Amino acid sequence: MTKWYRENAPITADKLADELMRLKRGSVTRRHFLGVTGLGLATAVLARQPGLFSSTAFAQDLGSQMSIATWPNYHDPATFEAFQAATGVAVEVNVFGSNEEMLAKLQAGGTGWDLFVPTNYTISTYVKLGLIDELDLSKLPNYDASTETARFTNEGVVDGKTYAVPKNWGTTGIALNSSKIKTPVTSWKDFFEVAMTEADGRAMVHDYQLTTIGNALVSLGYSFNSTKPEELAKAEELLIKVKPHLYAINSDYQPSMRATDAWMTMCWTNDGAQLNRDMPEIQFVLGKDGGEIWSDFYAIPKSAANKAAGYALLNYLMQPENAVKEHIANGAPTTDSRVMKLLPADVTGNKIVYPDEASLTPLEFGAAVTLTDPGRAELMARFKSA
Amino acid sequence: MRGFLTAPIGPKTLMKLERMTFMPAATNTKRNLVTAALVAPAAAWLMIFLVLPFIAMLVFAFGERAPEGGYQAAFTFAQFARLPTRAAAFWNTMVLAPVGALLCLLVAYPVAYYLAVKADPRYRLILVSLVVVPFWTSLLVRTYAWMYILGSRGIPNLLSMIGLEDVRLLNTPGAVLLGIVYGYLPLMIMPIYVSLEKLDRRLLEASADLGAKPVSTFFGVTLPLSLPGVMTGVALVTILLLGEYLIPQLLGGGKVFFIGNALVDLFLQSRNWPFGSAIAVTLVAVVVVILMVAMRIAFRVAGTRQVDLV
Repeated sequence: MTKWYRENAPITADKLADELMRLKRGSVTRRHFLGVTGLGLATAVLARQPGLFSSTAFAQDLGSQMSIATWPNYHDPATFEAFQAATGVAVEVNVFGSNEEMLAKLQAGGTGWDLFVPTNYTISTYVKLGLIDELDLSKLPNYDASTETARFTNEGVVDGKTYAVPKNWGTTGIALNSSKIKTPVTSWKDFFEVAMTEADGRAMVHDYQLTTIGNALVSLGYSFNSTKPEELAKAEELLIKVKPHLYAINSDYQPSMRATDAWMTMCWTNDGAQLNRDMPEIQFVLGKDGGEIWSDFYAIPKSAANKAAGYALLNYLMQPENAVKEHIANGAPTTDSRVMKLLPADVTGNKIVYPDEASLTPLEFGAAVTLTDPGRAELMARFKSA
Repeated sequence: MRGFLTAPIGPKTLMKLERMTFMPAATNTKRNLVTAALVAPAAAWLMIFLVLPFIAMLVFAFGERAPEGGYQAAFTFAQFARLPTRAAAFWNTMVLAPVGALLCLLVAYPVAYYLAVKADPRYRLILVSLVVVPFWTSLLVRTYAWMYILGSRGIPNLLSMIGLEDVRLLNTPGAVLLGIVYGYLPLMIMPIYVSLEKLDRRLLEASADLGAKPVSTFFGVTLPLSLPGVMTGVALVTILLLGEYLIPQLLGGGKVFFIGNALVDLFLQSRNWPFGSAIAVTLVAVVVVILMVAMRIAFRVAGTRQVDLV
């Protein structure tokens, strides 16, 4: 292998700036950057000199690991690998089945999360309980509020302060395996009927009060967000009637759908897109009687141990070039017009990911009250232990 | 053996013990100090990780759920009044735990018997070690493996080859019982093995010499003598099963619900710490009562049949 003639020569200022930008864009790895600029060798040598640069300016106190709390099948694993290559920070991923579970962990304390992915309706409560910090936007130069779709992102701002920035939006619909289920399912009313008949023993509902109770309410003609005792009682009656016919109560339904253990499930857009991509017989439909439209955010817990790394990863994910890869992998629609421009046509043309505006009309955003309402919480717990 | 794990030592026994261990005061003090020093770490451990949390739980059980979830100070019996809403979970636990323990026993006894009585002594150690080998892998991972074995691509797939279509095994009470027997088998085998291993072979010979058939020797001699091991195993597995969470969660699909699952739900989803605490306190009380009654009966039975060889 021939050596470049300037291999060991000091790097020029222009070249350094150039490489730094490439690193910042995520086009090159940290290893490449340190190697080509000679900074890796320099820091390695300096690190051996006691007293010199004892504050590690280059490592930027990011530490060697951080932790994120998120949803099942929600990220491109390559994203975290690339982030680790660029910063040296390994990302531990914790997945959850409901926002309530995330809230419970944060309330109990000691989560160790440096970044997490709450859904729109929870943010005001997190702020009220003092569980999340206002974001320091100067640490997120890649985030641009002006390119975001306000409809999906407004709940990240409380009292004019930005507490959370959007990851993506989506819907909660029905995924069904058309090779197993022949009855047409177009509404939540159909969902619960088919769950007790053709899909007996093969349908799944989320382990999540918002969607499981919400969709049961919708199927009965009530609001997705109802907390009225008499409407909740009707929903409970329906859920308890359906329960013996269910395959499982679990928010991680992809493995069961892929194995065809389950034939039909409540399903988030991103999972619907992933399932349909790999198994075209699995279709994703939105309830024409209603259901949920949502957006997920990134927020940093007040208790985060490694906030620097939390910000670093968040800024990394806000970079449109990185976000595009995430969107292609997880199949959720973007809130950011910069990302939209970069997405390939087969993604933007996918009706599961970007459905017609008309089909979104009956859907409702989750309401903050459902998160803390004792009636819904206890209904869900009773349903599960019935 | 007779006194093992039975009622606490009564005052009479204490006096007897004192008389037996009578010695000059100075030595006694020194002895007490040594005893105290030896007991202190364990006592501190129990105090910090068992007694104090239990007290916290008791306090919580009489409190209220805060508006956003968690605990709010109060003094009310409301949480205990709501216990009937978890009757199904209590019932599942109270039925499936003993049934699981008994199934475990049925599978474990022949294995323990083989290991202790029939196995070639040269290989016994290896065979006994094999029983505990599964513990080298986390129960979580092994239970996950069962999800694949019982899932559509596992046994049901094989069944479909012989024409049985769409058989569903996963997320049924049967799957949970299978997981329980599989997971807890080593805990049942070990105590039975230990009690059978100590079995005096001369008793078996005597039984045969007196004309008993192998079957009556087994039921008349071997089984009664191994009862302490059986009881220990059944008690151990039952107690652990009463708090089981993992196996019903993974193999029951969140549908076969143990009280442990109800507890997790109350703390991690509904964030109703007071009600969760009330259920936990009730569970502890129920377990203590069941255990005391069961052990009394068991050791009375075992005790009357105990044969002391001098």
